[in-house]
Amino acid sequence: MSARKTTAGADVPPKMIGARIERREDFRLLTGRGKFLDDLEMPEDTCEAAFLRSPHGHARVLRIDTSAALDVPGVLGVFTGEDVRPMMKPLPAKVAHPDLQEIPRLPMALDAVHYVGEPVAVVIASSRYVAEDAVDLIDVDYEPLPAISSTAAALARNAPLVHEGARDNIAVHVTQRAGDPDAAFATAPHVLSETFTVVRGGGHSMECRAVAARFDSVTGQLVVWDSTQAPHYARNALSALYDMPEDDIRLIAPPDVGGGFGPKAQFYGEEAVIPWVAMQLRRPVKWIEDRRENFISAMMERTQTHRVQVAFDDDGKLIALKDVFEHDQGAYVAGLQVPMITLSTVPGQYKIPNIHTELYACFTNMVPTSSVRGAGRPQAVAAMERMMDRVAEYLRLDPAELRRRNLIQADEFPYKVGLMFRDGSPLTYDSGNYPELLRGTLERLGYDEWRARQAELRAQGRLIGVGIACYVEGCGLGPYEGAKARLTNSGEVLVTLAAAPQGQGYETVYAQIAADAMGLDMRYIKVTTGDTGRIPFGQGTFASRITATAGPAVLQACQQLRDRIFTTAAVMLKVEGENFVFRGDRVTLPDDESAGVTLRQITQVANVGKHGITLARGVPAGLETSSYFAPERAAYASGAHAAVVEVDPETGRTQILKYVIGHDCGTVINPLLVDGQVLGGFAAGIGNAMYEEQFYDASAQPLTTSYLDFSLPSAVEVPPVELFHVQSPSPLNPLGAKGAGEGGTIPAPATVANAVEDALRPLGARINEMPVTPPKIVGAITAARR
Amino acid sequence: MEPDVLDGPDTTDRAGARVVSVIVNGERRGGLAPVRMTLADFVRHELGLTGTHLGCEHGVCGACTIILDGAAVRSCLLLAIQADGATIETVEGLAEGDELSPLQQAFHRNHALQCGFCTGGFLMSITAALRDGPVTADDEAREVLSGNICRCTGYAGMVRAVRETSDEIYGADRNGERG
Amino acid sequence: MKPPRFAYHAPATVGEALELLGGYGDQSKVLAGGQSLIPVLSFRLSAPEHLIDINRLPGLGEFSRLPAGGWRIPALVRQRQAERSAALAESAPLLTEALAQVAHPQIRNRGTICGSLAHADSSAEMPAVMLALNARMTIASASGTRVVGADDFFLFHMTTAISPDELLLAVEFDDAAPRTYTSFTEFAPRKGDFCLAGVAATVTFGEDGTVADCRVAAAGVAATPLRLRPVEDLITGSALDADALTAAQRAARDAVNPPGDVHADAAYRRQLVSVLVRRALSAVKAKKGSDDGA
Repeated sequence: MSARKTTAGADVPPKMIGARIERREDFRLLTGRGKFLDDLEMPEDTCEAAFLRSPHGHARVLRIDTSAALDVPGVLGVFTGEDVRPMMKPLPAKVAHPDLQEIPRLPMALDAVHYVGEPVAVVIASSRYVAEDAVDLIDVDYEPLPAISSTAAALARNAPLVHEGARDNIAVHVTQRAGDPDAAFATAPHVLSETFTVVRGGGHSMECRAVAARFDSVTGQLVVWDSTQAPHYARNALSALYDMPEDDIRLIAPPDVGGGFGPKAQFYGEEAVIPWVAMQLRRPVKWIEDRRENFISAMMERTQTHRVQVAFDDDGKLIALKDVFEHDQGAYVAGLQVPMITLSTVPGQYKIPNIHTELYACFTNMVPTSSVRGAGRPQAVAAMERMMDRVAEYLRLDPAELRRRNLIQADEFPYKVGLMFRDGSPLTYDSGNYPELLRGTLERLGYDEWRARQAELRAQGRLIGVGIACYVEGCGLGPYEGAKARLTNSGEVLVTLAAAPQGQGYETVYAQIAADAMGLDMRYIKVTTGDTGRIPFGQGTFASRITATAGPAVLQACQQLRDRIFTTAAVMLKVEGENFVFRGDRVTLPDDESAGVTLRQITQVANVGKHGITLARGVPAGLETSSYFAPERAAYASGAHAAVVEVDPETGRTQILKYVIGHDCGTVINPLLVDGQVLGGFAAGIGNAMYEEQFYDASAQPLTTSYLDFSLPSAVEVPPVELFHVQSPSPLNPLGAKGAGEGGTIPAPATVANAVEDALRPLGARINEMPVTPPKIVGAITAARR
Repeated sequence: MEPDVLDGPDTTDRAGARVVSVIVNGERRGGLAPVRMTLADFVRHELGLTGTHLGCEHGVCGACTIILDGAAVRSCLLLAIQADGATIETVEGLAEGDELSPLQQAFHRNHALQCGFCTGGFLMSITAALRDGPVTADDEAREVLSGNICRCTGYAGMVRAVRETSDEIYGADRNGERG
Repeated sequence: MKPPRFAYHAPATVGEALELLGGYGDQSKVLAGGQSLIPVLSFRLSAPEHLIDINRLPGLGEFSRLPAGGWRIPALVRQRQAERSAALAESAPLLTEALAQVAHPQIRNRGTICGSLAHADSSAEMPAVMLALNARMTIASASGTRVVGADDFFLFHMTTAISPDELLLAVEFDDAAPRTYTSFTEFAPRKGDFCLAGVAATVTFGEDGTVADCRVAAAGVAATPLRLRPVEDLITGSALDADALTAAQRAARDAVNPPGDVHADAAYRRQLVSVLVRRALSAVKAKKGSDDGA
């Protein structure tokens, strides 16, 4: 990236926002010098932890005998729930609801276990190998109880209770309405009803969870390293659990976190237990989750069953939508965000005057569910977009044309849907151009040509299908996100983000934003992230929110810093009211670069000062600023996917022949990275569409507990994608940015399912479940024959 | 018959440990390994080469891939003691000082990494594959990549990186498609 | 997921290895490629007290021709090593075709052919291939050596005729008769996964162009690799024409009683294996056809 040159010859910093800048993070990651938690050099006396986890979906814990485990040479301690009583307080739900049936979620089990994988005890030993040996020797008497393994079982009449003493197995029942859906359904010309089931799985970041902690008894300070997406959330949780002031707990997400995708944004019992144990033992302790633990005890998304009804007229105009769905919440509510997001995402890009969405979030005896990339939106989009195709089929209307007739138009923003979004604000889409997205996607797909060829190919006996799915994605959520900017003693600008990255390139992207905010070359700007000791407030990286919140915070903090720097320079240069600029590392006047001061010189004056000497008049002491951006409400990204598939009816093998993604995340800060997010999300979407399915048996035993049973897509399974962008800037933040992390994932299951059913249309086979797998396809064909 | 080393229930890990000597990235190194320690753990903790990562510990994800005696292997599926006397290459050995190898540069140019956790394993798998011969089509590149899992990138950048590096090493085939 | 403790033995000769097996028998496991064993240890699904590492044993690392024609593949031959052999590809294309489907190269670099046979996962490729090749397994113990034919070698899930005190030393199979064509085809959720079903077929044609001899083995549809004898009987004497292929497909359906699990229900596996039988035999016919045309 070359700088623009002025006639004077000095370097004018190039425009950074929108530039395709390669990442600074790459060098250390490419050369094996990444700083993931288990790569960090911990103190010599660090010991390792292994957890004993419940083998039952539901059971009373009668007795735990740890004596044999304690006798294993190399074991320093064994802790059960009883042993950590002082800090055993309920972990609050991240997203709650006034009607939520509150069941306390404790850091470790006490007298009952409610899901396979629930932590029951922890062993601390000289190595993980020894710790696992000792775990095998802990003797527990369980009294198994009936376990609930599905929402249907949870809601059945006289169902056993997931939690003894609870009212029932419903965590919360929420209804949202707009208009008058009952009247609309009663009078509409056409009504269609369908049931769709969507199963998802875990986030499966390549690095599992990890926590390490060290307590300094001299200072009373606890330092926790946590492979987390939400350092401040975790720090605040620990502060509450331990009754320790938040400033005595420093929680650091290591510079490198190996993927997050949602599960690492939640707070787990293990994160509470490990630092506590480190404090008791007065030894640093490290817990590195292994993949088997990750399969059974990291939060995931699981099953939603949607009973959808739409009312429409002869032209396919939507009159009313009703979606009643059951959501498998798991044994505890760690957060209600997933189903609450589903609740308001169903209407999507369409003008629907009457809406009724209704959620039954059910307790089950399985690991709690929580956000995984897409966070409840894939299921909502699947329900709506599958239904749109059924409506099109019913009316013998082209599915693309049906959608066109119902899209919110580009001049209808801000658009009030009539429901509430999960951030507590009325669901109001800020900006977008849905018709253009659909048009562009279908044009690049060659939609009309494929429809023409489809008829020919069907005549040859080949099953080709075309599928479309459109979506709206609430993102850029509040309440706020923050950044500090400081000119360091070495004359560098240090931008401190509360947010923690897991591969999104913050060290690069936020330096770009800072560079533009200040008019300073990016090479003089450094970014640091995810450390509660460096910045007091933050929320976390999730829900595609950071660009739209931390971005403006960085912008504002850096603009303010620039102003303070220029004010100092004005005093030093004895110049008044001028428009300074940066040229390289100097502050000068734009048309007279002979007089200037370097950043280093400025920092000497304003930060370091001369001991005991009065600061020159007008110099602001301490060149540091901070800014917290609180968005007025969520922003709404959007997109349209389209696919052409061919299905082999004998084996059910589905091949994706072409896939196009149209994506609108507002202003694109770094196209290289945004494309990476969309394409990465797409791979996860293909996994949800065709490969990833988490199974439990009737007694809530997990059946898919390794990669031998659960397939993540490799490069062979992810088809090439043609990706294009529409940029509808958001009016809600100065960057105009929205989120880009989940748009590749959200509509993929619906797109593929629509395409597969379209391919099977000559056979009359119905696809009502996602993921769409070969056995299900063959099953649907067989069922249609009967 | 007495076994070579007893690592039974009465000893701690260290008592049953053996010396394992290897040549790693061209350098003779050694360390102590209990007989049950995996090669992955040995490389990471005894040799201090933490660029090789553990993603699954059952041989599927490929994050632990290294090159052993010229062949790409899952280091989580070998015991450290099996590698005694072997020649090992890890991700730390790919660059020459600060100069990245053509493959590493291609990864960087093409944004073929995001969180970076899987990257070491991919680089070693691809390095081994490219030693076998050129990769002249995107489909072939995807096959080469299929033994490793990435959750972040969606592989598009990696496909380009493999093709570009192959072209650089073997010369571009004018008829090869580039997607 | 760290392996449990075990006593480790690295015998220097086959004799030593057999003595160890004789002594520790069912308290021990043999470590060859380790690609199946080490995950079992890491998951702690098994905790053998003794691990007998045979990787240092001499004389087991190269495959060779049998004097009367055919191949001997000893215990330490890696799958990748065999896969790359032009001689094997020419002489035993069924094996080469199947090897390319086994997991990924990183696994094949260490995994051994004999190891896969001894592990006896019925969804694996090697057991079905050796059943189709009518291979012979050379099994040794401290008291001697015996040979067990493939038809009698696979007994149940992960269970073979090898006793706890025995070691699978080698697998042998004869060269194919003239006018023999083979095909291996499998269906897996992703390439490299364990298959939902697979078929290994070898078909020998008579001079009159009809099937004189054949063996058709299926993977993934039973507790062991399964010879589909009804299919074999049906196609023998036919020219593998369209009617024969259709009949073979139907016969395959009736010849199996596959399990259902999270990956696929029984009905799917039944349909799948029958389709794969037809496709494998069709491929055989096409190979013959192109030879005849040449």
